[in-house]
Amino acid sequence: MYKFKLAFRYLYRRKISYLALIAVALCVFSVVVVMTVMNGLVSNFKEKNHNYTGDCVVGTNSLVGFPYYEDFSKELLSTDFIKAVSPVIKSYCLISTEGSSRGTGLEMMGVDAAAFSRVTDFNRGLHYHKNDPSKAFKPADEPNLPGCIVGVDLWYQRDSRGKYDYDIQPPSAALSVTCFPLTAKGALAKAGTDLVNTKTFYLSDFSQTGLARVDGSTIYVPFDEAQTLCGMIEPIPRISALHIKFKPGTNIEEGSRKVGAMWSKYFQQQNGKPNAELLAQVNVNSWKEYRREVMAGMEKEQIMLIIMFGLVGLTTVFVVGVVFYMIVSHKTKDIGILKSIGASFGDVVGLFLGFAGIIGLIGSSIGILAGLVFLKNINNIEDWLYEKFGFQLWDRTIYAIGLIPHRPDYTILMIIGCCAILACLAGAILPSISAAKARPTDTLQVSQL
Amino acid sequence: MSEGEFIIQAKGIHKTYKLGAAQVQVLKGADVSVKRKEFVAIVGASGSGKSTLLHILGALDRPNKGTVQFEGKDLNTMGGSELNKYRNKMIGFVFQFYHLLDELNVMENVLLPAMIPAGIAGWITKKAKAKNRALDLLKAVGLKDRALHKPYQLSGGERQRAAIARALMNEPKLLLADEPTGNLDSATGNGILELLERFNRDGQTIVMVTHDERVARRAGRTITLIDGKVS
Repeated sequence: MYKFKLAFRYLYRRKISYLALIAVALCVFSVVVVMTVMNGLVSNFKEKNHNYTGDCVVGTNSLVGFPYYEDFSKELLSTDFIKAVSPVIKSYCLISTEGSSRGTGLEMMGVDAAAFSRVTDFNRGLHYHKNDPSKAFKPADEPNLPGCIVGVDLWYQRDSRGKYDYDIQPPSAALSVTCFPLTAKGALAKAGTDLVNTKTFYLSDFSQTGLARVDGSTIYVPFDEAQTLCGMIEPIPRISALHIKFKPGTNIEEGSRKVGAMWSKYFQQQNGKPNAELLAQVNVNSWKEYRREVMAGMEKEQIMLIIMFGLVGLTTVFVVGVVFYMIVSHKTKDIGILKSIGASFGDVVGLFLGFAGIIGLIGSSIGILAGLVFLKNINNIEDWLYEKFGFQLWDRTIYAIGLIPHRPDYTILMIIGCCAILACLAGAILPSISAAKARPTDTLQVSQL
Repeated sequence: MSEGEFIIQAKGIHKTYKLGAAQVQVLKGADVSVKRKEFVAIVGASGSGKSTLLHILGALDRPNKGTVQFEGKDLNTMGGSELNKYRNKMIGFVFQFYHLLDELNVMENVLLPAMIPAGIAGWITKKAKAKNRALDLLKAVGLKDRALHKPYQLSGGERQRAAIARALMNEPKLLLADEPTGNLDSATGNGILELLERFNRDGQTIVMVTHDERVARRAGRTITLIDGKVS
């Protein structure tokens, strides 16, 4: 009891204690803010990748694609854990606007907009056909002509607030799409001629996945058209991938393993059929594995950040340690007094560790509260800074980031608070032990020889 | 005289300190015995080892050689926690420089010896009784109205009275006072001695260290230390 009382009195009677308190609060504040923003960015990025991919992908990196997907799709849909399946063509193309001879190289995705929307958040990223993706490839002016959907960053420039200045309806534009069709053997389908597959599509919508690389380099065309353009329609129809959505409650890794097992079995069954060798190149991946290359960089940055904050934590330990050495050196008399009236080694250690714990608790509470208040207003603060000084944390015309992530993860806040308290205890442990080891006759300075 | 009459007996106490490379022998076989309810003064010149002897009697220090028996039990055989208990329950220390904790008020300083062995739950049950005891002591030393004052708000004499009240909080069997008037003017010092005499009359055993013969004469018996030995 007296230890708590004395520890609190030490706190508000010794100005040096406030320094330790401020050091802890500042460290916690910066960790809370940066971790929340960074975690928010990473979570947001992962979520966007998940929404873009679906839960699982059965696919190949080969531009040739793989056949016999229809039967496997049916097999997948007959299971109790798969909600939807969507075949996708992925390839590269050149596009040019009418009258222009220059082509721009892009990624092309052939999708059935309605089916793909059941598997991914494709429809949510559309601007004009959010509620009815089945009409996404119907141009507003001429619904009977083939439509195409363009990644929004290919067409519009984000403004300083990260918004796009959409027109009321899609601009009238004809895009000439040129592909290089490949045979099942991987050769150019029309080798020996100058011909390539070219078709004109009319802009029907824009897609915004929130992934800058996708929105700045992808054009979506109807599945059947893409299959023809890429030479995948005959002799046996081929696709690049099957995107799969699991039913709610299905564990994604577990579901992906099941799909993998089904594919292995299916692959064996197709043995001997024409072009069955293409099936050997097919992989089954969960969305995380499928997008691993894209997400790895950001995850590495997150790990780097955690390491850097580990160093910040070490600095806190050092600061608290120094402060405690100073406090203990001022309190040697008290230690002698306490020992002369029966306080034990453990009592003295407990007193100073209690003191450190209080500093950690109050400091981390202040840091967390200040962090929460700052995070709640972080976007308003950025707006104000932009209006007054033109400062933005991220230039929204360049980076596909809307609001700065500001929703705290309370589990992480608790971990940060506990780490701060532990850091304080770690910083105080050596000074506390050296204090407890002090001989009362030395500290009271009464051994006058 | 039977052994049971003595509350504390120190026999053949030797104590050597290291001062850099040199060794200083402070006590060279000192013997001290104190009977219950006695008021003993240990006198000696500066450096004669009287404070060191007091610390050894109070288990603040250990002798290099010799034994100290408190109520027949050898302090050398006691472990750390037993010695803590001994200092908390059996002994009360009064220092020349009062040594009150600046962060606590007078009442809290006096209560401190009762709080140390009690945990939070234990303190809740004994708090009321301890407070009454502390108030009685503060009344006895004339500081009842100063209970909520901080040590720095008290005069030297008042601080020493508070220190005496603290030393007596756990009703120790032996009060050890190290130059209790050494830092006070003679009138204030006289008041402190009167207080000690009063507690002694009430049955408190006291061992007081002083270099002042006039102060020592207030005790019932005087032990003189010369060159680390009782003369």
